[in-house]
Amino acid sequence: MTVKMVSFNLRGVMNEGNATRRESPDGHVRFVDVQKSYDGETLVVKNLNLDIARGEFLTMLGPSGSGKTTCLMMLAGFETATHGDILLDGKPINNVPPHKRGIGMVFQNYALFPHMTVAENLAFPLQVRKLGKADVEAKVKRALEMVELPQMGARRPAQLSGGQQQRVAVARALVFEPDLVLMDEPLGALDKQLREQMQYEIKHIHENLGVTVVYVTHDQAEALTMSDRIAVFNDGIIQQLSTPDVLYEKPENSFVAQFIGENNRLNGKVTAVSDGDCRVVLEDGREVNALSVNVGGAGSQTTLSIRPERIEIDPASTLPNMLDGKIAELIYLGDHVRTRLEVAGHDDFVVKLPNTQSRRPLHDGQPVKVGWRTEDCRALDPFGG
Amino acid sequence: MATVSDHMTPGIGQVAVDAPLTAADGTPLRKKLAQANRRARLRATLLVAPLLLFVLITFIVPIGQMLVRSFHEPTFSEVLPRTTEALKQWDGADLPDEAVFAAFADDLKDAKENRTIGQVATRVNYAYAGSRSAFTSAARKSTGFEAPYKEALIAADDVWGERDLWAVMKRASKSYTPEFYLAAVDRTTDVDGNIVMVDDFRQIYVKILLRTLYLAGVITGLCLLLGYPVAFLLASLPTRTSNLLMILVLLPFWTSLLVRTTAWIALLQSQGIINDVLVAMWLIDDDSRLQMIYNQTGTIIAMTHILLPFSILPLFSVMKTIPPTYMRAARSLGATPWTAFWKIYVPQTVPGIAAGVLLVFILAVGYYITPALVGGQDGQLISNFIALHMQKTLNWSMAAALGGILLATIMVLYWLFNKIVGIDRLKLG
Amino acid sequence: MKTVLKSTVMAAAAFGLFAGASASADDLTVVSWGGAYTKSQVEAYQKPWMAKTGHNIRSEDYNGGIAEIKAQVEAGNVTWDIVDVELSDAVRACDEGLVIPIDPAELPAAPDGTPAVDDFIPGTLSECAVATIVWSTIYSYDASKIEGDKPTTIGDFFDTEKFPGKRGMRKSPKANLEFALLADGVPAGDIYEILASPEGVERAFKKLDTIKDSVVWWEAGAQPPQLLADGEVLMTTAYNGRIFNAAAGEDKPFEIVWDGQVWDIDLWVILEGAPNKDLAMDFLKFSTSTQALADQAKWISYGPARKSSAPLVGLYQDGKTEMGPQMPTAPANMKNAVQNNFEFWADHQDELNERFNAWLAG
Repeated sequence: MTVKMVSFNLRGVMNEGNATRRESPDGHVRFVDVQKSYDGETLVVKNLNLDIARGEFLTMLGPSGSGKTTCLMMLAGFETATHGDILLDGKPINNVPPHKRGIGMVFQNYALFPHMTVAENLAFPLQVRKLGKADVEAKVKRALEMVELPQMGARRPAQLSGGQQQRVAVARALVFEPDLVLMDEPLGALDKQLREQMQYEIKHIHENLGVTVVYVTHDQAEALTMSDRIAVFNDGIIQQLSTPDVLYEKPENSFVAQFIGENNRLNGKVTAVSDGDCRVVLEDGREVNALSVNVGGAGSQTTLSIRPERIEIDPASTLPNMLDGKIAELIYLGDHVRTRLEVAGHDDFVVKLPNTQSRRPLHDGQPVKVGWRTEDCRALDPFGG
Repeated sequence: MATVSDHMTPGIGQVAVDAPLTAADGTPLRKKLAQANRRARLRATLLVAPLLLFVLITFIVPIGQMLVRSFHEPTFSEVLPRTTEALKQWDGADLPDEAVFAAFADDLKDAKENRTIGQVATRVNYAYAGSRSAFTSAARKSTGFEAPYKEALIAADDVWGERDLWAVMKRASKSYTPEFYLAAVDRTTDVDGNIVMVDDFRQIYVKILLRTLYLAGVITGLCLLLGYPVAFLLASLPTRTSNLLMILVLLPFWTSLLVRTTAWIALLQSQGIINDVLVAMWLIDDDSRLQMIYNQTGTIIAMTHILLPFSILPLFSVMKTIPPTYMRAARSLGATPWTAFWKIYVPQTVPGIAAGVLLVFILAVGYYITPALVGGQDGQLISNFIALHMQKTLNWSMAAALGGILLATIMVLYWLFNKIVGIDRLKLG
Repeated sequence: MKTVLKSTVMAAAAFGLFAGASASADDLTVVSWGGAYTKSQVEAYQKPWMAKTGHNIRSEDYNGGIAEIKAQVEAGNVTWDIVDVELSDAVRACDEGLVIPIDPAELPAAPDGTPAVDDFIPGTLSECAVATIVWSTIYSYDASKIEGDKPTTIGDFFDTEKFPGKRGMRKSPKANLEFALLADGVPAGDIYEILASPEGVERAFKKLDTIKDSVVWWEAGAQPPQLLADGEVLMTTAYNGRIFNAAAGEDKPFEIVWDGQVWDIDLWVILEGAPNKDLAMDFLKFSTSTQALADQAKWISYGPARKSSAPLVGLYQDGKTEMGPQMPTAPANMKNAVQNNFEFWADHQDELNERFNAWLAG
């Protein structure tokens, strides 16, 4: 997968009052200082600046109420921005009604028209565009073939399985060849296995057609699987906008660290900052070294973030950070053993041990040493603060 | 069973096919299942039995009786049995012979005794106007009649010398008669038994039936036209607001029908509120006040108002289940708001439209009180004539025949409706 | 047929659908037309009779016609005892055996000893019914709405040029056809003779045609005073008692035109199979006595059916209106009057009703 926009100022996009205007020659969609309020008292979307490149698969990820769906609806034209501009191909579309925006959309529950057959559903966007009959038929046929349902044209949506409905919904959003497609939690209603299969299918369709996709989900695994870039939303603000690997490995704040993937948190106070590193004293008095990512000066509170797979138990060599712990629980998960430990006064410290032949037997209550490298421990803003 | 056994090993399959499956206590499984199902069915039957009985006694039996009355009218043969018997021999060519007159004179004496002559007189008078008093006075004088009865009766009243009257009596002596159904479609049998139209100035029921269907259609159309936007508004508002507005829709149901109808009289009459306002606003002249009541306009306005909730409720219940995403999906696919509404929203409300139309139309076709009060001369419906024959003329057979025709009309419409829309697509609430 | 109907009714009664069945068996059920008319009967007949005999009366209202009587008698479930009916209905009910015959010899004689048979106005006694009052269909207008010459004849009612405005009429051929012929110049005495011929009927409808577009049709007796009061009509046919009560009781400026009045009588009938037949007979005798009939006139302007009652008629309940001239039977009011011919209507009402309805709908 090619990441379309490599360089990006991570900090600049998200914080209020610190918005950066960036010109992008290939910008397909732009949000400029967009704010949205429903009640005139609180902002659902606080100050959004976002460029989406042509052909990009961008996911808006966040918990419910974080503003991601509102952003999508403003882009589709079903909500109007309270302030700011949304630009499509450089032109403001705030006053363009939805049906003139030419944006394909896949809805959460597919919104297939129940009184029409699958073929009629697919033909609908073509017919409202007054295409010729033969043209319509050809395009519908091609769309059905694209989603591998060539025989289903005469059925009604209710006669299809969930996965089939999903495919028809995707085909309908694409059949009129829009160059921008919005998807609002399109896989939410499917079971796990089907969901994963559909993730790949949608991804492949995207790759083959080269359309721009803006995808909304609250499922971080889905976001990581499919996206070129992910915008993590919380509280009406983009917390971080980046590629999946950067998001996972280099979260910029404790919300992102916690929301994407599994994460161990340790609270503490910064005692010294130097050269990109910092010393942090934990709640139980032990001191550790961490990467200084998002902390104030000495004396400020911080939350340390360490990924479970980056921690070693009873490490062979000495690591910069070593703490005493006790095994509280072992869960066998096939490819790895999930180990819960009591460390530094927390009993939810998780370590993933790969199921290799060299794995040593462990048992509950066993005292162990846990250790990690300084670059795997990121000092971030205090969580929940 | 056989297909299952195909996939089994031969030995096991054999057992399964030859020996019937048994339940744990040894009874055959099939029998056991039937027993269990029978108990469930019996319980269900007992639960609905009171309602079934109620419907049977208060609805089906009376309707059945009424329908029987529309073609079965045995009064004549019951009150005048000998005359009935004697008339069978009469060929209808000329006046009946002395035997018939003698039998009639005998029957008259009994009828006078039992005071039943009025029933026969009424019966014959339906078909031979003006003969009623001839029967009652003949009965009064019956004790004085002596043979030859033919001369005696004709001497008492010339009308007994009319062959046509005897032809009518012969027809009335048959207990089963199509006469009332013929009358209900403005037809009658002439003295020779041919079916002919009644005189121009008496033709009414076909016209009234057509008018009833026409007015019911107009009222149904108006209810749909007015109810659709209201239901749409109710369905798209937040529940709290829509509940409040729904109470306003249902409010008329809490007032008596008469009160509502009378309120319309106060509003619409020529000295009424609407006319007063129009005059006060200089929109119309005091001398040319609009006549909005005691005519078809009045019937249409008042009935549309009264039946409106019946179209709003099913529409609302259907619209409530249509998520707004369908409209959004249509818009996102390039449909204008109007196209999205017309091609996507409206077709999905068809079950509600159908239910509303059927409810309002059937209620309107059978409506009685409102047209009676505000309909004036040209706003009357078929029900008003059924009521007329039930209450005023006491020609219950005629009322029953009109009712039968109305029932048949509704059933035909229902059948058509089922053909066109499909009754399984109905959603009543 | 009858037995099925009977069983249905009884089953329905078992379900408690007929609340009336629960009334005490000793209570006499008296049925009349309601409103001011029933009130006059309660004051003049019922209260004194209850005081005298100690029996109770349950008073019920109905809208006329013999449909309910027929239904009760045919179903064998009679709950009414004595009913106030119109003459044509009384005769018809009698012919069909729905009500019992009453021997006029049993009725009380006049105070001066004149037997009842001679004391009642001719034509007010019939085989099964005894008359109480004479009432009339007249026409009335709102005097405050007509300036200059007031209408005085039945012809004026049909003259929409001289008196432009809406007319109220009862939605029934009865009385209207008589009015039409009277207005067309037929003498009161020849009305029914003319009406009995097809040409006569034609002539009556032709006359009605001249005002058809101006007519507001009413059905219940309470409607015409309301139509007049609302200004919906300029003049309307009405029952004289209703107009009198509106004028004398409620000070409405309504005037009655007696010219061309069509008068009729109301009578008591006792139902065949009535639960309290003897009490009903006693009440009937009491209420048709000279004094009771005269007392009723104090409450409503309907004329007593006995000649001997006339001199006893006094003032209206307001204590100042002389009732004598308000009666349909007052000589001044009877100059051009038609008595409703029940036999004609019994013979021709089916046919004329049909024609009237067809005419209305056309």
